[in-house]
Amino acid sequence: MEKVDCIVVGGGLAGLSAAYGLASAGVEVMVLERGNYAGAKNVTGGRLYTSVLRDVYPELWEEARDDGGPFERPVTRELITLLGDGAATTLELASERFSAPSPQSYTVQRARLDRWLADKVTAKGGLIVCDMKADELLLEGGRVVGVRAGEDEVGADVTVIAEGVLGLLASGAGLREPPRAADQALGFKEVIELPAGTIEERFHLNEGEGAAQLFMGRVTRGMTGGGFLYTNKDSLALGVVVSLEQMRGRGDELESWRLLDEFRELPQVAPLVRGGEVAEYSAHAVAEGGVDKLPRLYGNGYLLAGEAGGLSLNALLTVRGMDFALASGRQAARAVLAARARGDHSAAGLSVYERFLRETFVLRDLEAYRDVPSLIENRRLFDQYPDAVARLLEDLFTVGPDGAPSLLKTGARGARREFLRIDTLRDLWSLRKLW
Amino acid sequence: MKVDAKLGTDVFKLDTEPHIVVDTEICRTVCVTRPCLYVCPADLFELDDTGKMTVNWEGCLECGTCLICCDDRALTWRYPRGGMGVQYRMS
Repeated sequence: MEKVDCIVVGGGLAGLSAAYGLASAGVEVMVLERGNYAGAKNVTGGRLYTSVLRDVYPELWEEARDDGGPFERPVTRELITLLGDGAATTLELASERFSAPSPQSYTVQRARLDRWLADKVTAKGGLIVCDMKADELLLEGGRVVGVRAGEDEVGADVTVIAEGVLGLLASGAGLREPPRAADQALGFKEVIELPAGTIEERFHLNEGEGAAQLFMGRVTRGMTGGGFLYTNKDSLALGVVVSLEQMRGRGDELESWRLLDEFRELPQVAPLVRGGEVAEYSAHAVAEGGVDKLPRLYGNGYLLAGEAGGLSLNALLTVRGMDFALASGRQAARAVLAARARGDHSAAGLSVYERFLRETFVLRDLEAYRDVPSLIENRRLFDQYPDAVARLLEDLFTVGPDGAPSLLKTGARGARREFLRIDTLRDLWSLRKLW
Repeated sequence: MKVDAKLGTDVFKLDTEPHIVVDTEICRTVCVTRPCLYVCPADLFELDDTGKMTVNWEGCLECGTCLICCDDRALTWRYPRGGMGVQYRMS
């Protein structure tokens, strides 16, 4: 059996990040990627928060920022839209501090971003084998000793399993549970082509800058989830994320794909995408179980990185997976290096991985938002409240036969009507968990 | 826009064998709710005239939604072989 120091299963951001860290340190690393190229099987909503690059791979960050290589647009406008019945409320943040010289997030597309990082791995001496699917983890006495890919078997001291959210290999080998509907959302989107100038006009953007808009409410018909709209250079990413447990449990046979069609037709969305051509349609599962649903992230001869380890976070205003992938891949590389230095690739030798993850935002943020998965199961967030906010504001903006309303009285009356209810107060009280 | 037309914008490398196989007996006799018929974002599952479950695996986006939602284990679900299946150019 051929043998390398380290095999990485999956050339997504977690796997490539691990491979970059290892190859940079002179470790012989082989990445197995089942797509035609890195990124061919990956889907993002659209946006990468950049602090991870700045902190763990400053040289990559500078290169990426200066040549713009992997990025679409820096996000300078953040919008949250609450879609009520016949009315919508949008909160907009346009921050000059989010733009150059150090944008805090960029819209991205995976085929471009992942290929860019793959090139960096190759430049450091890492080997990326595309069109190669790992079929099985090879186990020997409870230890992962390599992988089988078709007829070929490759051995390794450590296998970094970065196979993505479904975790077929790891669950097939009993290293984690298969994903459950209760902890998963379905994300799916269209890439809609529009000229750059049209995008900038419609979203009130300076040349080259971008917007990110999240939608809550009607878009998921009251189910946990939402809609998103990101501006790329010459296209928009328009998509929906919805709880799989709630989707399949509806009982009315609503087809998931209809949610996106309905979303595109909304009066708040249709004018933004008008005239655009759909250039690609994609779908992906999203792990949203939070820290309580994480599998054990290391064991004899292996580590789990990225979504294969359930490492992604829905924190309501920010939805993150790619920076978790990059950061966990980086820590996986560190852990492998530490294990190699001690010549111990057992679970004990690799257990530093979890400690490293705790030192970064990966496990810290997941801990901090531990209660989000249970909070967002609350459907009032997605049907009642977006509507209530709109009705309250409608009252304040209405001029009727008796003239303009008293702002204070009308506001107080509306707030009492919409929000002074036992269930609402209980929901507010439950938010304390986020503190 | 029809889901079919949207899938038509995607690049697929067709595998020679299906990567999703349905145990139609389980669908027929055990499963009551048949979530695969409506959770699949590519709308690939169909009951044919005889009530047999079929899947048009060729247009699969490989999201795994059907697998995650099938509690009756009626699906044998693998990724397509290396180099096969959907190849996203953007996304």
